[in-house]
This record gives sequence, structure tokens and C-alpha cells, in this order.
Amino acid sequence: METFKKLKQFYWPYKKYFFASLFFVILVTAITVVYPIILQITIDDVVLKEQYSLIPYLAIGFILIMVIKGISNFTQQYLGDLFGVSSVYSLRDGLYKKLQRLSFTYYDNARTGDLMSRLTMDVEGFKFFLAAGLKELIRIVLLIVISLSVMFFYSVPLALVTMAAMPFLAVVVYKFDQKVHPAFRTVRKSLGKLNTRIQENVSGMNTVKSLSKEDFEIDRFTVNNENYREVNIKTSNIWAKYFPFMEFIGNVSMVALLIYGGFLVMNGDLSLGKLIAFFSLVNYILGPLVQLGFIVNQFSQAKAAGERLLEILEAEEDTQEKEDAISSGEIKGHVRFDHVTLKYVDEDDKALKDISFDAPPGKVMGLIGATGAGKTSITQLMTRFYDPVKGNVYIDEQSTKNYSLKFLRKQIGFVLQESFLFSTTIKENIAYGNPEAKMEDIIAAAKRAQAHDFIMEMPNGYETMLGERGMGLSGGQKQRIAIARAILIDPKILILDDATSAVDMETEFKIQKALKEVMQGRTTFIIAHRISSLKHADEILVLEEGQIIEQGKHEELVENNGPYQRIYDIQYQDKEEIMNISG
Amino acid sequence: MVEQQTNREKSTHLKRFYYPLDQAVEKPFNWRQMTRLLAYVKPYAKNILPLAMLAMLVSTLVRLAVPILIGKVVIDEAIANKDTTLLSYLVIIISVLYLISYVGNRYRIKLVNILGQKVIHDLRKQLFSHVQRLSHNFFDKRSAGSILVRILNDVNSLQELFTNGIINLLTDIIMLVGIIIILFSLSPQLAIAVLVILPIMFYISTKLRRNIRRSWQDVRIQKSRLNSHLNESLQGIRITQSFSQEKENTEFFNGVNSDNFEKERLAMKKSAYFGPFVEMSNAIGTVILISYGAHLIINGTIEIGDFVSFAFFLGMFWEPISRLGQIYNQLLVAMASSERIFEFLDEQPNVEEKPDAREFSDMMGHIEFDHVQFSYDDDRIALHEISVDMKAGETIALVGHTGSGKSTIANLISRFYDPTKGSVKIDGNDLRDMKLDSLRKNISVVLQDTFIFSGTIMDNIRFGRPEATDKEVMDAAKVVGAHNFIMRLAEGYDTEVEERGSILSAGERQLLSFARALLANPKILILDEATASIDTETEMRIQQALKKLLHGRTAIMIAHRLSTIREADKIIVLEHGKVLEQGNHDELMHYQGEYFDLVKSQFDMLDAL
Repeated sequence: METFKKLKQFYWPYKKYFFASLFFVILVTAITVVYPIILQITIDDVVLKEQYSLIPYLAIGFILIMVIKGISNFTQQYLGDLFGVSSVYSLRDGLYKKLQRLSFTYYDNARTGDLMSRLTMDVEGFKFFLAAGLKELIRIVLLIVISLSVMFFYSVPLALVTMAAMPFLAVVVYKFDQKVHPAFRTVRKSLGKLNTRIQENVSGMNTVKSLSKEDFEIDRFTVNNENYREVNIKTSNIWAKYFPFMEFIGNVSMVALLIYGGFLVMNGDLSLGKLIAFFSLVNYILGPLVQLGFIVNQFSQAKAAGERLLEILEAEEDTQEKEDAISSGEIKGHVRFDHVTLKYVDEDDKALKDISFDAPPGKVMGLIGATGAGKTSITQLMTRFYDPVKGNVYIDEQSTKNYSLKFLRKQIGFVLQESFLFSTTIKENIAYGNPEAKMEDIIAAAKRAQAHDFIMEMPNGYETMLGERGMGLSGGQKQRIAIARAILIDPKILILDDATSAVDMETEFKIQKALKEVMQGRTTFIIAHRISSLKHADEILVLEEGQIIEQGKHEELVENNGPYQRIYDIQYQDKEEIMNISG
Repeated sequence: MVEQQTNREKSTHLKRFYYPLDQAVEKPFNWRQMTRLLAYVKPYAKNILPLAMLAMLVSTLVRLAVPILIGKVVIDEAIANKDTTLLSYLVIIISVLYLISYVGNRYRIKLVNILGQKVIHDLRKQLFSHVQRLSHNFFDKRSAGSILVRILNDVNSLQELFTNGIINLLTDIIMLVGIIIILFSLSPQLAIAVLVILPIMFYISTKLRRNIRRSWQDVRIQKSRLNSHLNESLQGIRITQSFSQEKENTEFFNGVNSDNFEKERLAMKKSAYFGPFVEMSNAIGTVILISYGAHLIINGTIEIGDFVSFAFFLGMFWEPISRLGQIYNQLLVAMASSERIFEFLDEQPNVEEKPDAREFSDMMGHIEFDHVQFSYDDDRIALHEISVDMKAGETIALVGHTGSGKSTIANLISRFYDPTKGSVKIDGNDLRDMKLDSLRKNISVVLQDTFIFSGTIMDNIRFGRPEATDKEVMDAAKVVGAHNFIMRLAEGYDTEVEERGSILSAGERQLLSFARALLANPKILILDEATASIDTETEMRIQQALKKLLHGRTAIMIAHRLSTIREADKIIVLEHGKVLEQGNHDELMHYQGEYFDLVKSQFDMLDAL
């Protein structure tokens, strides 16, 4: 119940739909029972008592009631669904907004697949319950109660005899539910595994072919395929075992009705019409009783779904903004780290240990070191993707915490390691950080990133659509568009994290020449593995296990007999030798 | 709600992202496709199918018989004549019939589902196996998603048809025909009067239902657009946050969310008409029954028992008609799905094996290109009369710009394509004379990007040779220098990894792919060197690993790093599909030709910045 209370803000605004729908459901259910009553009157009063004049009244009355029922039914269903769909509209909106705000730390630990499953299946499950589940429960209970009442009104002994099977049926329904819902879960799981198996096979087809493992893949697939078949058959066997039996119990009631009811009619204790009405009433009880099991299960599923959604809605937002945060002004781009220590959640090792450096506006800083040494971590602190556990990061001598996130991030152009592009045109991708950008600025940025030429070679140029069904780009091309994207927002601080790793040397050379002018007046951070990428930096920081172990200009470091020189030697070793051989 | 809509109109970010809409999900009925689909039922046509049909027949007949017994015999004879003995007999007969029906139903459900699941299983297996054998260009032309949709969703959508669909079709036809016959034999006048609702019901069931289905399809299309965006915004959240585009994205989302809401509302509204229409047609039927039926009882044309039977049967109409409508819709969906499935099944791989193809016995790995010319589909000549000789055990480096023919040569060696002129030979055998399996199991390709399967690191490396023991896997990892970083992970070789995961760095993934290839132990290795720059330490380990990997087999490398190229036994310089120079590093440097220029310019660039 807690779960439903917590989600109230999403469905309570639409409560009028629900209550209206409920009213009409009650109306509909009451009218449903009219049919057997009409039958009863027709047989007893019209036929047997020969009151033929009643016929037109009955007919018209029946039609009128059915019209009311029809309209009520339409209204009840429409309003009920509207309640569900509106609530879920709000819910999705709330979830999306929340997800936009959650921090990097959250996303480091979350899996896209799991989040998607919550946003789709759990939301749908919850909607279904709101729109139909709860209402159905009420309708079924109501139908059973009203039908029973009419039965008892017609004949108490016959009602008792007929309903003798009811508790027995309830037990069987209960046992069926106990078996069938876990079986459904097994089927869903098996389907999930089959899905993953096929998906991986198709995504990794190049690898499969490269090692000629088609037969192996078919074997693996067969295991999942057969399992899926078997669990489906098992589930339908449960169905086959219980459903006909439940129907049989209903039939037994019918038989009891026949014999005892027939006996009563023969003795004159019951009118024939009422006996015939009983036949319909029995179905109004036994059928819904079976459905009851499913509805109750839906309740627990909706609860579970709601809980999973709440986990997102209540997730902690690690990065807090100050109330009086700075959100305007001219930033010069002076970056200073003051004894900064960083630790990622759940890890024993610190990612950064006591880092200090000073980068006045316009300075070009190079960061080099092994994977995991801390290069990316340094840059991520500037944009407050994470916050340090000790020390402070200053921009223009103000702690980054004093700025509003939006303002801070608009000053920094970040080219991340993974160059992710969105499903939209190349133009929109480059202009992502500034959707109002003019075409000339977009082209200028693309030219500087050495992307303009290959874009113009594409069928639709800048209007070329990227994405799953759109054009595929090579790694190097993606990176260049990502660089253009960062340049476009005219940032005061530029961060290039391994931004040219997939680009060949020739193109990188051109990019760096162009970037030289872009970097004028901007504080730039270049993270790379190739010394050729950052040799021209004003200062180079060599990082190892979260600490700065060497720093200085390239010319100094190559003579320093330290790790930098070692890297240099490896990367440049062949040159002398080779050039000498050629003479 | 209304407020949100006007805001939506004002937002400029509605067209921010574009997700192409799905294809049609319905196609007109096609006999040829139906026959092709039914062929999958054939293996079971002699055993399961007849039994299922028998079970179905039994329960259907009981369902038809009982209302007659109750109406005609129980009410008109037993009760009317106060004949208790007859009543008792009838009750016993009816109970027995119910029992038979119970048994029949039980077997029907069981057998029908076994049949359906087996047929679907067979279809899915055939589709998957067939797709495995298709060539590279098949996969290059399509997104992974569209292939997945065929094998999973389209096959699954046929599930209903094959399990319940076919049997239900027969059941319902028998029911309807049976009911109509019985009603006519009870009282033709009342039958005609009551059956007037049948056409109305048919109309509702098919036309209205189809209308409703279409609007739900629209909903599905919008929903998939919504989901595509959700997926993308989750994957690109870091970019969104670094460029502070949260608000703009939310505006786009509002648009998509609202579109989805609108379509759902429309579909719901249409669906809500369905119930009342059904009720109304039932009501009309009932009114006719009551008025005309009572009239007929009065003038003695029918008995009360007949009236009661009519009432029972009236209630039994809706189910078969509704299901027939459903089956019709299922068929239309099945047509669309099967069309897509057959499209794949009709694709053929690029290369065919000759019927008298031979096996390689103990391949040495001597590769020859004999005046080979090759064009891809679009008449672009990729290779112009190439003749090269690669001796067994040699390391060959292919050097040249993109499009110079390096990958084409690699593809021809694996026989993913056949040359348009000339021949490719291994150990003196023209590849076209050899069995594909026998050829390919001796060749391994190491790609630029390493794909990681979800599972443990051990599983991933073992993919190179699935029968390998744990020790063999670890030995391979040791040789390539991957063992250390694996052991540093918390769970070592049992660490769970996956393609989108971040546990392994780019360099570590490369080492993993080397271990895979080493485990596979091929006679011929094709290596497409990764271009991404990685940290120097790992770079060095990869260089070392490479040396170990190349040893003892014929290796063809599409290489970029000078250090790799230098070590090759033979360097082949390609341009626009022609061989410019051949020789080892020293020879080519002395020659001072194309190769020399390439090397020199690399170093010039290193210095220039």
C-alpha cells in the first residue's frame, strides 16, 4: 500500500475519471443481472401465466436498459482507460525529468537494459492495473454478490445446492494461480535469454564469422530455443490440467442445478422461469471466480512494478546545486586544483590523490598516463560530474560548487572518450550544445574539426541522418563531429579526452593545426596516449595511480629520465634507426 | 493536460531527434505463403494433429449436445411430465458427457500447444541456422535490430496462429454450423428471426475489430518512437549533461509523450465501442427471442424447452464469431510476418560449395593469388590482376590507404567472395574446389574491434575453441600477456563481462581477442590491426603478444604501425587495387619508392607539431 501512496502525485489529479468510471461499472454490473430476470419473467409471467400483453413492455424495457448499459459500458471503459493513460503520462514525465538530473555515479552503476525495462514494462504494468485491474476487481466482486442475492431471492435451498461447489472451485483456482504465475515468469525469463542469445549473435556476427563459429552458435541457440519450447509446453500443461477441471466443476454445479432444480419445479416449489434464470446466474458467478485469481495477481505485480519505479524516482541526486549559485557573468577560464582527492563509490582505491596544479586562462595542459591513472577523472571534476572528497576545484577562483550546473557546463566544451552521436542530422548533432546556432557557425566548427570535407561527401551533406537506420560513421568521423560539437558552443575551457584516438596520424595532424587557432584564449586540456598529440602543450602532467609524478614542458621531460622519457623512447625509437638505414 | 498541449505547440525542440517509424504490420491474405507456412506442420500431420482434432471434435459435440438435452428432453419431457426417473437418467447422461468433455478438453489444450510450440521451434531454428550461413554483405546492409525482429518477434507472432489458431478455426466453424443446423431443426421461423443478428456480429467482429487493431498499431508505432528516445537519452545522458541540454530534451520528450497519449486515447475510445456493440447485438437477439419466441410458444409452434435451448445457444454464438474475427486478424499479421521471414529464408550466401568439393588434409598455409581480379556488386573494380605468393609460415603485411584492396584480399582468402577472374589457391588447391568448412576452420580473423559476449572472461576466450579446457584457456591468456590483468580483477577469469561494459579497456580487449585467436590455433591468421591509440604500456604488451601470435603460421596483417610492418617477412604496398611494391622492409627502404615515402611522412608528422 505504501507503494501506491507514494505514487499518488501521478494518479490523484485524475481521480475524477476513476470515480466516474467506478460509478458506471456499478451501473453496468447491476444491469447485467437484468438479463436472467427478464428471461424468468418471460417464461413465468408471459408464457405460463399467458400475460401476453406484457411482451411489448418487456421488449421495450429490455432495449432501453440495454441502451443504458451500452452507454455506461462505453463510458466506464473509456474513463477507466483515460485514468490509466493520463496517470502514466504524468508518471513517464516525472521519470524522465528525474533521470535527466541523476548523476554520473548513478549511471555508472545502472544498466540501460534494466532501466528501459522499468520505463516500459513496469510503467505498462502499473497502467494496466490503474485502468482495468482495480476496476475489474470491484466489478467481479459486485457481480458475484448481486447474482448470489438474486439466487437467494429466488430460492434459498437451490442457491445453496448450486453454490456448494463454489468453495471447492475457489481452492482449485487458488492452486492454479500458485502454479501458473511462476510458470509465466519462467517463460518470460526463457524468452529474455533467447532474446539475448540471438541479439548477441547478430551484433557479434563479424566475430562469429571471423572464427568460423557458426555451428557453435547454432548449438548454443538450440539450447535456448528448446528450453523456450519446453517451458511453454509445461505452462500449457498446467493450463490443460486445471482449466478443464474448473470448467468441469462449473458443469457439476449445472448438473446439481438440473436435478435438484428439476425436482423442485416438479414439486411446484419453484417456477420454471426461475430455474432457467439460475442457469445464467451460475455462469455469472463461476466464470468471474476464475478471473479473480488473475486480478489478485495483477495487484501484486502492479505493486512490484511500482516499487521498481519508485527506486528511480527516489534515487539520490549526488550533485547538489547551491541556492544562490552563480549563473551568469564572464568566465575567463582559469582552472586551479587545490589538493584534490577523489574517490568513486564502492572502490577502495582513490582515483585521485592530492592533486594540485594551476592553469591560467589560455594555457594548454597535456595529460598523459596509463589507463586508470586519473586523467579523465581530473577533467570530470571540472564539470562537476563528480565532486572531490577532499580539496577544491576552482574556476576563476570560485569553487565549482558555487556555480549553477547549467552555467558551469556551458563554459566547458567536453569531447568525451566515447563519442556518442544522436539520431538526428549531422547539423543537429554539431549544434547539440546550442540548438539556435547559425549554419555558418556550424560549418566553421566542422571545418576546424576536419569534418567538413567528409560531411560534404555524404549524400545529404549536413542533413544526413545518423542513427541505427541512418548513416554509419567510422570511429574517426564520429570523433571529429564530437570535436566540432564541443567547439561550436564557444567554450572558455576545452577538454579533449582521447579525442583523436581513432583518427589516423595524417588527419590528426590537420586537426591539431586547426585546433591551434581554436585554442587561442581558451584553457585547453588534452588527454592522449600519443606524445605527438600533446607535445606542444604549455605544460604536461604525467599521471600514475592518481598522482602527478612528473610535470613540465615536453623539452624538459624528454631529458628527465622519468616515465615520460621512457614513453617517448618507445614511441620514437624507430625513427633514427630507420632514417639512418635509408641513408 | 490541455496546458501541456499548448506549450507543446510553442516548443522548438519537437523535431530534435528523429526515429524512423516502423513498417506495416498487416498484409493481404496470400495462399502461397499460407501453404509455405503450413508446410511446417507437415512433420506432425500424422501423429499430433489428428489426435488434437479428435479431442477437439469430441468436446465440441458435447457442447452442442447438452443444450438440446437440457431444453428438449429435461424441460419438455422430464419436468413437464414430472418424470423423475427420466430426469435421473438424463442427469447421469449429461454428467457422463461433461466428463468426456473434460477429458477431451484436457487433451485438446495439451496437444494443440505441443503442436504449436514444436512448429514455432522448428521455424525459428531453420531461420536462425539459415541466417548464420549468409555472407557479410547481408549483415552489412541491415541493422542488427531488423534481423532480431525477424527471428524473434515475427516468429513469435505466428505462435498464436500455430497453437490455437488452426484448431480454433475448425472448432468455431463446426460450432457455428452445428448451432445453425440445430436451431433450424428446432424451429426454422425462430431460427431465421434470431439469426438476423449473425451478420451484425460478423461485421462487428471483423470490420470494427480491424479498425481498432489499426489504431493500436498506430499506438505501437508511437510507443516504439517513445522507447527509442528513452533508450537513446539513457545512453547519451553524459553528453546531455555535459552540454546542459536537459531542458531541451525534456521538451522533445513532452512532445513524444503527448503524441503517444493522443494515439492511445483514440485507440481506447475506439476499443470502448466494441463492448457496447456486442451487447446491443445480443440485446436485439434477446428481444427477438423473447417477443417472437414467446409468441411461438403461445401458438404452440414450439415448446418451452425449445425456447430454453434457443436461449442457451444464443449465448454460445458470440465466442466462435469473435474468435473467427480474431483469427482473421491473426492471419493478416501472419502474412506480414511470414513475408519478412521468407525474405530471409530466400537469401542465399555469396559463395556456393561444389557438390564434389574436397577437404583440406593438414593445411600448410601456402597462399597464392593468381591473376586475381575482383569487383563488388557495384562494378567498382577492387582488385586489378593481383598476383602474389605467400609462403607457409610467412608474415605478410598489407599496406595502403583505405580502399586500396587490403580487406578485399583478406576476404578472398577466407572465400567470403570468389574472384571475378583468376584464382586464389591454398597449398595449390583452388578454393572453389574445396569444402567451405574445411577451409574456414583453418583460418582465424582478428578484427579491429573486439566483440565481447556476455558471460565470463573464460567463456569469451574459450569462444576461440569451445572444446578447450580451462588450463588451455589460461595458457593462451598467459602467452599473450593477458593473464596478469585478468588475475587482478576481483573474480579473475570468472568475472562477468559484456559488450557495453566498461570493465575492460580497449587495450585489454585487444589482448583478449589475441588470446581467442591463439586458442583457435589456425594455420592462417588474418589480422586487422586496431588503429585506436592506447596507452604505451598496453601497447607494448600487445606488440609482444603479436609476435607470439604470428609465430608458426601464415599471417596476413592489415597493418598501420610501423613497428608491426617492419617485422614482416614480406610487405605488399597496394594502391587502388594494384600492387605497387613487394619486398621486406630493408629492400623497400633502399628502393626509396612508395613505402619509403609513407615511412618518412609518418616521422615528419611526429616532428612537425
